[in-house]
Amino acid sequence: MRERFRRFIPSAVRGVIVFLLAIPAALADWEVNLMEGVTPISRDTFELHMIIFWVCVVIAVVVFGVIIYSLYAFRHSRGAVPDTSMLHSTKMEIVWTIIPIGILVAMAIPAAETLIRIEDTRSPDLTIKVTGYQWKWHYEYLGAPDDAFVKNNFGFFSNIDAASNAARQVDSGIDVYEIEHYLRNVDKRVVVPVNRKVRILLTSNDVLHAWWVPELGGKRDAIPGFVNEMWFLAEEPGVYRGQCAELCGRDHGFMPIVVEVQSEDDFARWVTEQGGAAGGGPEVVVDAGGAMTTADSGDGGAGSSAAVDMDMSFDELMTRGEAAYLTNCSACHQPNGQGLEVGGFPALAGSAIATGDLAAHVDQVLNGKPGTAMASFAYLSDADIAAIITYERNAWGNDTGEMIQPADIKAAR
Amino acid sequence: MSHTAEAHHDDHHDAPTGIKRWLFATNHKDIGTMYLVFSLVLFFIGGAMAMVIRAELFQPGLQFVDPGFFNQMTTMHALMMIFGAVMPAFVGLANWMVPLMVGAPDMALPRMNNWSFWILPVAFSLLLSTLFMPGGSPAGGWTMYPPLVMQTGDAFPFLIFSVHLMGMSSIMGAINIVVTIMNMRAPGMSLLKMPLFVWTWLITAYLLILAMPVLAGAVTMLLTDEYFGTSFFNAGGGGDPLMFQHVFWFFGHPEVYIMILPAFGIVSQIIPTFARKPLFGYDSMVYATASIAFLSFIVWAHHMFTVGMPLAGQLFFMFSTMLIAVPTGVKVFNWMTTMWKGSMTFETPMLFAFGFLFLFTIGGFSGLMLGITPADFQYHDTYFVVAHFHYVLVPGAVFAIMAGVYFWLPKWTGHMYNEKLGKLHFWLSAIFVNVTFFPQHFVGLAGMPRRIPDYATQFADFNMISSIGAFVFGASQLLFVYIVWSCVRGGEKATQQVWEGAEGLEWTVPSPAPHHTFEVAPEVK
Amino acid sequence: MAHASDRYYVPHGSPWPIVGSVALLLLMFGIASTLNGAAIGKISMLAGAAVLLFMLFGWFGIVIKESVDGFYNQQVDRSFRMGMAWFIASEVMFFAAFFGALFYARQLSLPWLGGEGNNFFTNFLLWSGFENEWPSNGPAEIGGDFKAMGPWGLPAMNTAILLTSGVTITIAHHALRAGNRGMLTLFLGLTWVLGFLFVGLQGYEYAHAYHDIADGGLSLRLDSGIYGSTFFMLTGFHGLHVTLGATMLIVIWFRVLKGHFTPDSHFAFEGVAWYWHFVDVVWLGLFIFVYWL
Ligand code: HEA
Ligand code: HEA
Ligand code: HEC
Ligand code: CUA
Ligand SMILES: [Cu+2]
Repeated sequence: MRERFRRFIPSAVRGVIVFLLAIPAALADWEVNLMEGVTPISRDTFELHMIIFWVCVVIAVVVFGVIIYSLYAFRHSRGAVPDTSMLHSTKMEIVWTIIPIGILVAMAIPAAETLIRIEDTRSPDLTIKVTGYQWKWHYEYLGAPDDAFVKNNFGFFSNIDAASNAARQVDSGIDVYEIEHYLRNVDKRVVVPVNRKVRILLTSNDVLHAWWVPELGGKRDAIPGFVNEMWFLAEEPGVYRGQCAELCGRDHGFMPIVVEVQSEDDFARWVTEQGGAAGGGPEVVVDAGGAMTTADSGDGGAGSSAAVDMDMSFDELMTRGEAAYLTNCSACHQPNGQGLEVGGFPALAGSAIATGDLAAHVDQVLNGKPGTAMASFAYLSDADIAAIITYERNAWGNDTGEMIQPADIKAAR
Repeated sequence: MSHTAEAHHDDHHDAPTGIKRWLFATNHKDIGTMYLVFSLVLFFIGGAMAMVIRAELFQPGLQFVDPGFFNQMTTMHALMMIFGAVMPAFVGLANWMVPLMVGAPDMALPRMNNWSFWILPVAFSLLLSTLFMPGGSPAGGWTMYPPLVMQTGDAFPFLIFSVHLMGMSSIMGAINIVVTIMNMRAPGMSLLKMPLFVWTWLITAYLLILAMPVLAGAVTMLLTDEYFGTSFFNAGGGGDPLMFQHVFWFFGHPEVYIMILPAFGIVSQIIPTFARKPLFGYDSMVYATASIAFLSFIVWAHHMFTVGMPLAGQLFFMFSTMLIAVPTGVKVFNWMTTMWKGSMTFETPMLFAFGFLFLFTIGGFSGLMLGITPADFQYHDTYFVVAHFHYVLVPGAVFAIMAGVYFWLPKWTGHMYNEKLGKLHFWLSAIFVNVTFFPQHFVGLAGMPRRIPDYATQFADFNMISSIGAFVFGASQLLFVYIVWSCVRGGEKATQQVWEGAEGLEWTVPSPAPHHTFEVAPEVK
Repeated sequence: MAHASDRYYVPHGSPWPIVGSVALLLLMFGIASTLNGAAIGKISMLAGAAVLLFMLFGWFGIVIKESVDGFYNQQVDRSFRMGMAWFIASEVMFFAAFFGALFYARQLSLPWLGGEGNNFFTNFLLWSGFENEWPSNGPAEIGGDFKAMGPWGLPAMNTAILLTSGVTITIAHHALRAGNRGMLTLFLGLTWVLGFLFVGLQGYEYAHAYHDIADGGLSLRLDSGIYGSTFFMLTGFHGLHVTLGATMLIVIWFRVLKGHFTPDSHFAFEGVAWYWHFVDVVWLGLFIFVYWL
């Protein structure tokens, strides 16, 4: 038994080495290594990563090699006699201080160069303001009349897609492998032109988030009250996926990012579509508490102006309401309206507000409840809010039979 | 009992018995034992939380827990492990061994020693009680970043106050160790004759004294921001959420060295013992430790490369971070050379020291990679970071603690532990710690963020491997408890020197060491 | 007692630490529950404070007794001194965190909010119109209009008071060493009187700050943005330390009256004196960075 163990040690060590050596072979496969990505920055970063990696491997081989050799050669059981005169050697100390310093300096130079390039956010071709919310992203394309692509501001929210959202509920019973791009899909993508310097202005509405698409290179934190800058220049059209990378509460794992890189023509076409519908997106303003809310410039925000003056039928409201509820509210109040006790999220089924005074209900949604996770949802369109409220008042046994129209919401703002 | 003092203070110190022995303890060995037991309990509580994490991550989709609860587990796991398991374990080892190693009758401030221990159960009862509160435990990560941490429910003030208490405990413990080392050494024990474990603890204690109060300040600001309307972390009032991160990491980075320097010390005791050869480059080991400690105060912002610091700041913190590899390298090379031309045997402590040497170095390498700012933009907040710090913490700090326990257990109990089982424990741990944490490098690089309860399907395979590794690794630790338990209960009698190559004052006294060891100070030549 | 000098004094088991832990449990649970609005919080808090006081009396009592009975040799004395010194070091770091916050706000976050550095868009998109200046309650003007606390009225007087108290305690120390009990009693007494005078004036200053501008005050409150936060947290924690220090001064003053301390063994006196100097130095930092610059 003892013998077997003894023989096992070197072979185990050898096993580890083989394992380590096998890594580079698998490195090409993106599941075990950094993605090389499609931007100059991501490629530089990748190169840097590989350099450090190999430097570490070489040092590891030397250091571990010596140790493993000693393990083998200087064993008591092989009759090794300790050389107790070996106490120190200034020469060696100097050598193994200087050599690492040299290696580090050699690594620091390209790293510093890359870093300086990353931080240069000047003269972009397109600027997008990205705002993190619990738990979705808001994108606002900042336009200017003389801008090549975007003449006027427009914006939209991007939520996790409905299929992933349904599948990711605890015990949903849905096979997540059946969902395309499970957790990495959104209901509305960010679109950018190929080969253009895109600047991201990053901020947050509530807590910290971080915007990260690995193939575009690097991440940056979204900080409430401050704007961070980053940029990328995607060299290949395609769809690139990432997700929020800073803990932001319960649904941190469920705020994906999808960027679609298109040819300039396609992009221009897309902008026109958006611009027509948006006509001036929501503007972020700051209230006295320092928290930012999104005031509506009057027409009810993204893609909804048409609905404002029109009365909607009960069924219309309920259908739209369910969808909008699932997107905006179910993270906390749950799809079944039962809320979540552990998070302190109240049930809306049978809730005093959702079955009681209509005005109080509207107020809760428009203004939120300061000091709690219940934020203001005033940035939603009038139609969405009306639909959500109607839905909440009639779903899950809240059979109040009451409904409210977008115009009433507009009046209540 | 307020007149205990005048009652025969100079009589032979009889060992008190029963519950009072523990509640009223002033003996460094009793207090050390309490620290160690406490730390083991917390290691299991923290480990059980890690098991919840790994169970949920076993496959994609949410199977067991709500995402909010998952975040609570992550947060509590880290707090339990860092403040409850690793730090108290090191303090426990210091309590036991420092007086023995420097030839002192006890710690310098025995009553305060008791208090620093007994604050810990208070702190952790308060913290653990939050699991049963409305809104649950803190779920904002062990780093407690605002504004998210402000969304904690009723648990919030409990979190803050338990951190205050942990800080008090650590500071008192550290002061005690500094004073013991500086004031209680036996005649002839000059600073540069002290065993390295003592040296590394001395420097660690300085780090604790300088770093813990800063954490106390940081969480105090959280408290007042939440309840008293201050604006430290609110941009609207002229503050900045990042300010917290700076203050936190000014504590936090020294904190990670607080968890590794004593480990270096333990390994520096064990390797020479089993190589039957004095430590190579003793002086440079001391200087390297001091340099690491100094550098640890000027690298903190490498945890916040992605927050959008000015370029000059990023460059400074990148360079200073890389520099730490140099003194750490000196240590690794010295251990390596100590083994060179030694005469080695491989008892369990030595095996764990080897495990430490290899796996800590791997963790150090990934640390260095993280220190390269542009690369960190990709690595940050992914499982690559999780892999890094578990390599330095689990096969780093925890393995060193286990090595120390096996090494000194015969001295404490008077019995040899079961060597066969010890080796089995080592091999199970060493293999499965790698199965657990090595694949996390891969998923991290491939883009899996940390602190998520569910992940995209392309990360599934490695997560499953990692979870299996974690379950087996966790279960193997039950073996450790069994080994320690049976060693306390009985076993082959240990000699005074215990290990053939052991040198130092602690090996000149009987095993088990008498209740008050050096009533008369030994002479050190 | 002859052998007390050649052997290290290791006390027997002591109940006080565990009493202290119970006190902390009650106290912390109490404060936390009170903040959460639970009714039992207050009771628990009071009980905790009471037990803590009991513990302090008991613990210090026994140490004083042991000291008076001559159980402590020089080595023990040295342990106490070193312990005190490192405790003060940790206190310095506690204040450092708050000074750090002050410098950060003044040198970094406010300029950034005003658009400096790479933060043009922070100002342009989120806080347009905000200009960096000190004092400030931030772009959202949290807490509303306020006036800053100038340095040259009460604060300057308080500086003089604390500096004088630093001198008086040094005179008292010299008197103690020289065996001049009369001088010792007088100047030590003077020191704590000055200490409490400082606290009183500080309280007056706070009241003045809290009053509305309309009522002749400054409208300066804890929630007056970052200025109010740093001002009150720094001066508040300092004030707490002065109160604590002055209380300790009273305690040793009474001990002096009872005839404790000898010219060459008076750790408690020195410990308190160090603490007092520490409080003094922190005040100088406050005066310069909080009130003056
Ligand atoms: C015991 C704890 C411990 C230790 C010792 C270390 C050691 C190091 N750590 Fe680690 N670290 C953590 C615990 C630790 N860390 C934790 C807990 C976190 C995450 C916190 C959180 O966010 O929750 C973290 C995160 C962390 C980050 C932030 C990552 C991110 O969030 O994006 C960085 C970045 O620089 C970093 C760097 C380093 C470096 C450079 C070292 C160096 O000290 C390593 C030095 C060692 C070596 C390099 C190997 C041996 C040297 C040689 C053989 C010599 C020759 C080598 C060369 C010349 C290359 N660590
Ligand atoms: C010293 C510190 C320390 C230690 C020892 C550990 C030990 C372990 N850690 Fe921990 N960990 C941290 C410090 C530590 N960790 C920190 C600081 C974080 C970051 C938190 C944050 O993001 O805020 C973290 C986060 C963290 C994560 C990431 C969570 C996330 O980002 O969402 C994971 C996931 O795998 C993990 C796993 C483990 C595992 C499997 C162990 C194992 O080594 C544990 C093994 C021990 C046991 C299992 C206990 C013993 C056995 C039993 C209880 C018997 C029962 C066993 C079975 C039923 C199998 N840890
Ligand atoms: C981030 C989590 C979160 C989201 C998302 C959220 N809520 Fe809430 N909501 C809360 C919390 C927390 C409360 C409890 C506030 C309190 O303490 O009174 C609440 C309370 C309410 C109440 C009052 C319930 C009662 O009876 O007290 C209503 C109505 C409500 N929310 C509607 C909505 C609607 C409509 C949406 C989506 C448009 C929404 N919420 C989205 C967290 C959330
Ligand atoms: Cu948003 Cu994480
Ligand atoms: Cu660090």
